[in-house]
Amino acid sequence: MNNIQHMFKDKYLVDNLVKKIQAYEGKVVNIMEVCGTHTMSISRFGIRSILPKTIRLISGPGCPVCVTPSYYVKSAIELAQMKDTIITTFGDMMRIPYKGNSLLHEKALGRDIRIVYSPLDNIQIAQDNPDKKVIFLSVGFETTTPIIALSVIEAVEKRIDNYMLLTANKTMPQVMNLLSSDKEISIDGYIYPGHVSVIIGTELYDKIADKYSITGAIAGFEPVDILGAIYNIISNVNHKSMKVNNTYSRVVSSEGNMIAKAKIEEVFEHCDAIWRGIGCVSKSGLRLKDKYVKLDAWKAFRISENEQDYDPKGCRCGDILKGKCLPYECSLYGKLCTPENPVGSCMVSSEGTCSAYYKYI
Amino acid sequence: MSSIITLAHGSGGKLTHNLIKNIFQKHLKNELLLEAGDSAVFGVDKGNLAFTTDSYVISPVFFRGGNIGKLAVCGTVNDLAVCGATPKYLSCGFIIEEGLKISDLEKIVEAMAKTAIESGVSIVTGDTKVVQKGCADKLFINTSGIGYIPSGVKYTTAGIKQGDKVIITGTMGDHGTAILLDREKIDVESSIVSDCATLNKMLNDVTKKFGSAIRIMRDPTRGGVATTLNELVSDNRFSIKLYEESLPIKNEVKGICEILGFDPLYMANEGKALIIVDSSKVDSVLIELREHNVGKEAEVIGEVIKSPVGKVYINTIVGGTRIIDMLVGDQLPRIC
Amino acid sequence: MCLAIPGEVLSIQKEKALVNIMGVKKEISTVLVEEVQIGDYLVVHAGCAISKIDKIEALETIEIFKGIEDLNHE
Repeated sequence: MNNIQHMFKDKYLVDNLVKKIQAYEGKVVNIMEVCGTHTMSISRFGIRSILPKTIRLISGPGCPVCVTPSYYVKSAIELAQMKDTIITTFGDMMRIPYKGNSLLHEKALGRDIRIVYSPLDNIQIAQDNPDKKVIFLSVGFETTTPIIALSVIEAVEKRIDNYMLLTANKTMPQVMNLLSSDKEISIDGYIYPGHVSVIIGTELYDKIADKYSITGAIAGFEPVDILGAIYNIISNVNHKSMKVNNTYSRVVSSEGNMIAKAKIEEVFEHCDAIWRGIGCVSKSGLRLKDKYVKLDAWKAFRISENEQDYDPKGCRCGDILKGKCLPYECSLYGKLCTPENPVGSCMVSSEGTCSAYYKYI
Repeated sequence: MSSIITLAHGSGGKLTHNLIKNIFQKHLKNELLLEAGDSAVFGVDKGNLAFTTDSYVISPVFFRGGNIGKLAVCGTVNDLAVCGATPKYLSCGFIIEEGLKISDLEKIVEAMAKTAIESGVSIVTGDTKVVQKGCADKLFINTSGIGYIPSGVKYTTAGIKQGDKVIITGTMGDHGTAILLDREKIDVESSIVSDCATLNKMLNDVTKKFGSAIRIMRDPTRGGVATTLNELVSDNRFSIKLYEESLPIKNEVKGICEILGFDPLYMANEGKALIIVDSSKVDSVLIELREHNVGKEAEVIGEVIKSPVGKVYINTIVGGTRIIDMLVGDQLPRIC
Repeated sequence: MCLAIPGEVLSIQKEKALVNIMGVKKEISTVLVEEVQIGDYLVVHAGCAISKIDKIEALETIEIFKGIEDLNHE
């Protein structure tokens, strides 16, 4: 087994961190994590179950599927229903409901919908199916976007003219600023997303600390990483320090991945984006540059991006994503909204807050 | 003989008879099958009969570590063995999609014959139908099985007590992971193969030696260990707590699951059994299991707890606890 | 939003590498990471390496966590 990974699961270190955190006797500390994979890891390791009541872990809008507006799913379904299209997507999108339908449901009806593990897989699919339009559901944050950009660059280099993106890519900085300036949410510290940080670097977090006096720790995904970040944040809050700890320094550098940033820059440009449950966040989305307009499925199929979003009545995904309420404070949670019958995306996505909470005692 | 199965092979005429003679009877040869009656007729021992049925629709039909035929025999033999039964007779019904290569069918039937001999069962009756292209995915097999259970052996959840231990007879998730690699053509090099194997000799020994210290046995096939344990707690009399550190999982299974975002607890097993056992006998049961090839990696993975009821929990490597729920549908690869 | 795992580089070609992830070998793209060498550890996301793993930094982080104080210690 990878020795480095092993080090960050070390029982002695984990036990020591847990002991120190459990012994904390200070005031309440509100910590928000903004990465769906952190939501999953926290759930998987049962971290909430070992925290003292004074340490509150809030899940923010870090799940790109949860924040994708419902009209996107509607558009994807419509494209799947067209003749001669192949819809490719990450698995996460398949079960997102839209008015009783979903991509999984459409697949069962015989539409050509395929799960890909990497955006680069699209190239082969497009080459193998020259008579079909291969439309990739381009959803993700800065970790995934450079790889999607690579698929676009490769398609153009290889003169593949049947590959397109239905873009809903988003970037973190704008929504982080929005959350940090929201007076209704009280955040003492952020657990910053480890792999987004690999790409974008750490400058944003220092700015947030400066501007909003919110401390933070950049964390990886092993038990020592997450517990260590929680420990650091509590310590910073206690010492009234606005430091940002880079506890994932083994992969995160302050400048980030310059090559990846350049690839994003080459292919995409910023635009406004609708975040489900939050609303329009200025310049937080990415769309294809004019140079790549031929790959833009929104334009090719003339789909309107600005249709009124459909949010089921009573669904509080928006407040939950902003950390304004916890899942059990939503009247639908556990009653009308369950993993078997999810109403909103926080429940249907495996890394959504409500889905993760369902597994807690 | 033609090289592929056609609709004519299912018509009941000469081609059907030749197929039965040259493929099924040739490999599955036993007295009862060769009698070729409409039914197989045999005597019964004292005690109870166990009777089970399963249909196998796996795709691809040939996978790393086995094929649909071997799987069918293993699955049915194991379903009998986990009830405490000594498996004796199997039936097999084939629904064949026209166009299947006869050589492929022969390989599958040969594998069934080999597995049947190894486990001491006979396939004594069967049926063959051929359907049009597109109406079956190459081959579907239904197997039913009969076994004899000695008097006094009855495994139900009613026998489970607080403090009982949960054993798994080997590593988890091998079959599900192997099938995933083959079916989804995941581009990795891996030595993982299906764990498809018959367990009756090992489990019959355990049944004989340990009496009522064995509360219940199950084979965690579709949906994995997590699903089977959830089924066991569904009558809300107790819960089960697992220890994450104790779960025997091959590194490669962990690796593939990490890459795709899957959880090995939900991946199918076709050569493993879950056994709930009286804690005072757990060490002896482990020794017995580890004497067998198919049980040499047996481990205690958890225990039965009194409350809260109706759930499966896991103590994580961090010392926290989370609920292992029943999945809604299949696991899907995730990027996040 | 960033499921990624470490892999050890076994062999390299132009813009690709064969990595070992817990005994499983996978070919990945190395376009986003410079100067990949055999024996390097890479973070792999969606079929692509996004960073190298610095073992020295890893050890330093571990050392820091070994020496942490009580949180109530002022």
